[in-house]
Amino acid sequence: MASSTKSSSKSSRKSAKPSKNGKSGAAGLDESDVASKTDQLELFRQMYLIRQFELACGENYSKGLIRGFHHLYIGQEATGVGAISTLREDDYVVSHYRDHGHALARGMDVNRAMAELFGRATGTSKGKGGSMHLFDVAKRFMGGHAIVAGQLPLAAGLALAQQYQKTDGLTMCFFGDGSTNQGIYHETMNLAAIWKLPILFFLENNMYGMGSSIERVRAGGIDFYPGMATYEIPAVEVDGMDVLAVKEATEAAVASIRKGGGPQFIEAKTFRFVGHSLADGQKYRGQEEVKEWEERDPVITFPKKLVEMGLVTQDQIDETKSAVDESVAKAVEFANDSPEPDLSEINTDVFA
Amino acid sequence: MSQIVLREALKRGLEEALENDPRVFMMGEDIGEYGGAYAVTDGFLKKFGPERIKDTPISEQAFLGAGIGAAAAGLRPIVEFMSISFSLVAFDQIVNMAANLRYMSGGQISVPMVIRAPTGAGVQLGATHSQSFETWLAEVPGMKVVCPSNPYDALGLMRSAIKDDNPVLVAEPALLYGAKGEVPDEYYEIEIGKADVTRTGSDITLVSYGYGMRPVNEAADTLAERGVSAEVIDLRSLSPIDMDAIVQSVQKTNRVVVVDTARRVGGIMAEVTADLQQKASEWLDGPVMRVGSADVPWPYNRGLEQEVLTDANDVLTAVTEGYGL
Repeated sequence: MASSTKSSSKSSRKSAKPSKNGKSGAAGLDESDVASKTDQLELFRQMYLIRQFELACGENYSKGLIRGFHHLYIGQEATGVGAISTLREDDYVVSHYRDHGHALARGMDVNRAMAELFGRATGTSKGKGGSMHLFDVAKRFMGGHAIVAGQLPLAAGLALAQQYQKTDGLTMCFFGDGSTNQGIYHETMNLAAIWKLPILFFLENNMYGMGSSIERVRAGGIDFYPGMATYEIPAVEVDGMDVLAVKEATEAAVASIRKGGGPQFIEAKTFRFVGHSLADGQKYRGQEEVKEWEERDPVITFPKKLVEMGLVTQDQIDETKSAVDESVAKAVEFANDSPEPDLSEINTDVFA
Repeated sequence: MSQIVLREALKRGLEEALENDPRVFMMGEDIGEYGGAYAVTDGFLKKFGPERIKDTPISEQAFLGAGIGAAAAGLRPIVEFMSISFSLVAFDQIVNMAANLRYMSGGQISVPMVIRAPTGAGVQLGATHSQSFETWLAEVPGMKVVCPSNPYDALGLMRSAIKDDNPVLVAEPALLYGAKGEVPDEYYEIEIGKADVTRTGSDITLVSYGYGMRPVNEAADTLAERGVSAEVIDLRSLSPIDMDAIVQSVQKTNRVVVVDTARRVGGIMAEVTADLQQKASEWLDGPVMRVGSADVPWPYNRGLEQEVLTDANDVLTAVTEGYGL
């Protein structure tokens, strides 16, 4: 068991305030060998890429170049990046409507991702999907799903296919705390458990379903992982602001699943620093709470720690940032220069 | 050629797919140990094993959704609802996921899944077990919907549905599971999206599908006794729908009655009526007459239920009211 995770067999925590003790967070580095220096720089690169991509989205949304509902992943980067970094190419990843981060962590082309948000013909779905429906089947990134919890059985079905085909591949399914009050959440947990499906349920608990705090909409407190005992699905809690802790916990879960151990459940406590969508004025929460979480911003704390520990140099961090900044700027340019889809596209892709 | 009932025809189609294609497997409530609520899958568990004949919990959303995922991964699941009324529980998965995935992924994903469900009233199961929601799903882009009225069509349509790379609903009229018909031993398929002119005639066109073919055929017999020659069209597919076949027939007969045993309002025949209005009004000698079951919840009592359910008299009344025949 990773030092910064808690198993479902222990009593649940009262609070999800950011952890201040030295055992979790990037301080765990000195006792951890989960990632080589190169891997760690890559984890930073991905988190920084997502952050810059999302900031560019916000900017271009304000300019009216991106439309529709837009949910940014800012603040949650360590969860998706840490978790997805443990996967093989033949594993599936399924996400919810806050899907940009997962798509990029899975290796979706930055240009085509941005072009999809711009609704252009060069987008991953030719401009037919949009922000909430990113897909990259070649990378086994199976969407972007915008009916809350609707992606859970889809992921179970992908895992069922992997089991049926007798591979040791697995499916990683992301969902938020808001999805846990849907009936399909229970249905899918039960189905996955009785069929011992190779699936990792990855709960990104960011404490709010849109404007509803967990306390207001859920009986039983803010911890979900203890409830997995009902299904006999092994479950742990992990600090979602600590990319290495997420990676370590996920590696353990993935190893168990690959060995045929059936479903696993990870609950990452995380936080979005921005509103639910770009239309959200955040009247439902105080800025104090946001600030407290922002102090643990993984895009800032992780590279700082890497440099302090002498694992990478500040120059390496700066070079990584410059390269990412350039690629995001280029992606915006690519998207903006890309053609609108031809009107003939309206009638394609309805049927196979 | 052999005489078999519709249940056996469906069973034959499923069985040969399971035998010939290892990607095909089945999921549903009590399809295995129990043998299926309507015994369509009786004996399958023993023959194909629990990996391919999967009994599910009573979780329509989860197992239908799992079918979508398995299909997206390249398998060819056949998912059974015990009643088409239960499909409502999983409508989100069918509509938002199965039907939309291909489009919103820009063609990256296909969902080659068959959804099977008994449909229709007439066996005193009350309001929640007697509905005909194939008409709702027929309006969803990305879905195909077929509904056989006889064993020959049941086998041919099932074969095509399983081979199709899209989600296909096979609505199975519950009242017809025991209906007999001739089925050839040679292999054949029935193209999805093509209607069948089951009886040629010159005076009036009668259109229906599924269980509705029974009152329509009865009415056509009665009309023949009166010297009225009815042309009868079995839609076979509700989506895509073969409007061309209906229009061609109307050009010949100049009269048409469209018949549904589902509720009248908003059903597939409302769509046919509206389309005929635009495409065939110049050939019509009177209004497009639409017959359907009464717009009430399905009653349990036999007398009440039979009164609500479309029958041959309702068809004949419409023929007389619309065209004086």
